Amino acid sequence: MAVVTMTVNGKAVSAETEDRTLLVYFLREQLRLTGTHIGCDTSQCGACVVHVDDRAVKSCTMFAVQAEGADVTTIEGLAKDGKLHPVQEAFRENHGLQCGFCTPGMIMTAVDMIRRKPQLDRETIRHELEGNICRCTGYHNIVSSIEDASKRMAGGAK
Amino acid sequence: MISYSFAYRRAKSLTEAEALFANSPEAKFLAGGQTLIPTMKMRLANPPELIDISGLKELSFIRVDGQTLVIGAGTKHHDVAVSAEVMGTIPALAKLAEGIGDPAVRYMGTLGGSLANNDPAADYPAAALALGAAIKTTRRTIAANDFFVGMFSTALEDGEIITEVSFPIPERAAYAKFDNPASRYAMAGVFVAKSKIGVRVVVTGAGPSVFRVPDMESALAKSFTAEAIKCIKIDADGLNSDIHASAEYRAHLVSVMAARAVKAAAA
Repeated sequence: MAVVTMTVNGKAVSAETEDRTLLVYFLREQLRLTGTHIGCDTSQCGACVVHVDDRAVKSCTMFAVQAEGADVTTIEGLAKDGKLHPVQEAFRENHGLQCGFCTPGMIMTAVDMIRRKPQLDRETIRHELEGNICRCTGYHNIVSSIEDASKRMAGGAK
Repeated sequence: MISYSFAYRRAKSLTEAEALFANSPEAKFLAGGQTLIPTMKMRLANPPELIDISGLKELSFIRVDGQTLVIGAGTKHHDVAVSAEVMGTIPALAKLAEGIGDPAVRYMGTLGGSLANNDPAADYPAAALALGAAIKTTRRTIAANDFFVGMFSTALEDGEIITEVSFPIPERAAYAKFDNPASRYAMAGVFVAKSKIGVRVVVTGAGPSVFRVPDMESALAKSFTAEAIKCIKIDADGLNSDIHASAEYRAHLVSVMAARAVKAAAA
């Protein structure tokens, strides 16, 4: 057991956990932040993507103790003052989700993608999404959502 | 999925990492963890202790020393892929790094971890062998020629940690891979390089470990064109065969990837 301290969505959190606890279980079961999903649990599907120190990583492939001292952002931390993040807004408007299970990971990946590559075309978006699986196969609108979001954010929305 | 229990230790220096290992010889070093952690979750690995070396700043750097590109073993694939130093000296290596796994994996996975694991389908071992890299560890420097021993097996001793890798800058180089559409691992990948040590053609993903193709190397030394290796076939005997591809199919892929790599390198 270890006491792990990190910042999650801007708040300092500290909790006792087993060394083998994966970051995704720490977030979901100890902090009750259930927006981050567990899909495949084998590092393939990307439903569990969160940001650790501004990098989008799979929280099922990292132990919570590794995030000691880190700044973690989950899907719950994106909206500010009751206003959706532009990527969330774009997913809503472009119907970028069907069942919605993969959506938190898709959005966290998209935010990171847009930050790295402000100029995104559809082919690049598809390539960048190779670590995120939508089992509804709803990729068409997911790509449209990210394309739309990148345009909005280039226009100044943050 | 939850791994077996283990004790986690975060090393603050290489010296501390070695000292921790001396006290726990069954421990595993944790770098990016993108292979080790899934393996532990599947309960195929059960180390009593993990020594985390991922935070060691001394292992994370990229620099050009004259005619050599030196990359710290803890450097993430993402950082290699976007590095101006790498793109300016060995662009094929930046491209290789950009094709590993997916963006989330590339933020975590490291050069040293990839070489030490020596997965038969990993990308970096092909580059290291083709470029004649020197792999520096906490104990010595190992030539890439002597490093890759077999499937998941290297010349590393217990407790030995890769610290940096020196890649002599080649005249030209390129990497072409046919990746598995699900895992992005190479079903067959070929790294071709022309440098002071001559022409090297190195294959990953097709056999138990990376291997050279001498027939192609000598043909390319005479004429560095895709045409020169067109009629050179690879023997399927001993190549990997699984649900993704038969040995014969992989042998065919090697020839196709080699031609593509030569074409890209010659361009």
